[in-house]
Amino acid sequence: MNNRLRVLRAERQWSQQDLADAIGVSRQSVNAIETGKYDPSLPLAFRIADVFALPIEQIFLRD
Amino acid sequence: MSALPRSGAMRRYLVRLFVLMGAYIAILIGAKLAFPHVPPRGVLAYALALAPALPLIGVFWAVFRLLVEERDEYLRLLLVRQTLFATAFCLVVMTVWEWLQNFDLVPPGNGGFGTAFWWFVGLGLGGLFNKLTIGDAGDCS
Repeated sequence: MNNRLRVLRAERQWSQQDLADAIGVSRQSVNAIETGKYDPSLPLAFRIADVFALPIEQIFLRD
Repeated sequence: MSALPRSGAMRRYLVRLFVLMGAYIAILIGAKLAFPHVPPRGVLAYALALAPALPLIGVFWAVFRLLVEERDEYLRLLLVRQTLFATAFCLVVMTVWEWLQNFDLVPPGNGGFGTAFWWFVGLGLGGLFNKLTIGDAGDCS
């Protein structure tokens, strides 16, 4: 699954740690999601969507 | 990259590990000294022989408790992979060793390097396996 996390984060000038703190996970998790090494669970995907105030489908994209 | 883990679950695990390994060393030295010098008898002998195993069992508990307490799902995934690797590695080593013993190709016994030892070696190798395959060894990397 692809995602736009890195772009969305850059638009807001957030570091990986900023985003990690906002969604309550480790920076490693944010890095793993951004680089496509790990697909988040649905609850975590919803938390990410809430932080960016966007629908999930505008953040996570089909392969 | 900080040397201190950010996860509260990992910090609790490290404290538990430190306490249990300290207890293990103290009890092991006590048992090793007691048996040759003041050999215990009967139930006391069994109790003293089993005493060093208790902190090791505690370490198993601490590792699996970490799996329960870790709230970060990605770090938990790494831990699950690491413990599965350790279990598979330990089973393979002990199975191979036992079959070599069955045909008298290696000496009896294990020289103290039994199941727990190989599982802990496997845990370390499991972290390396994660690093090589996912690029991330976990919270202490």
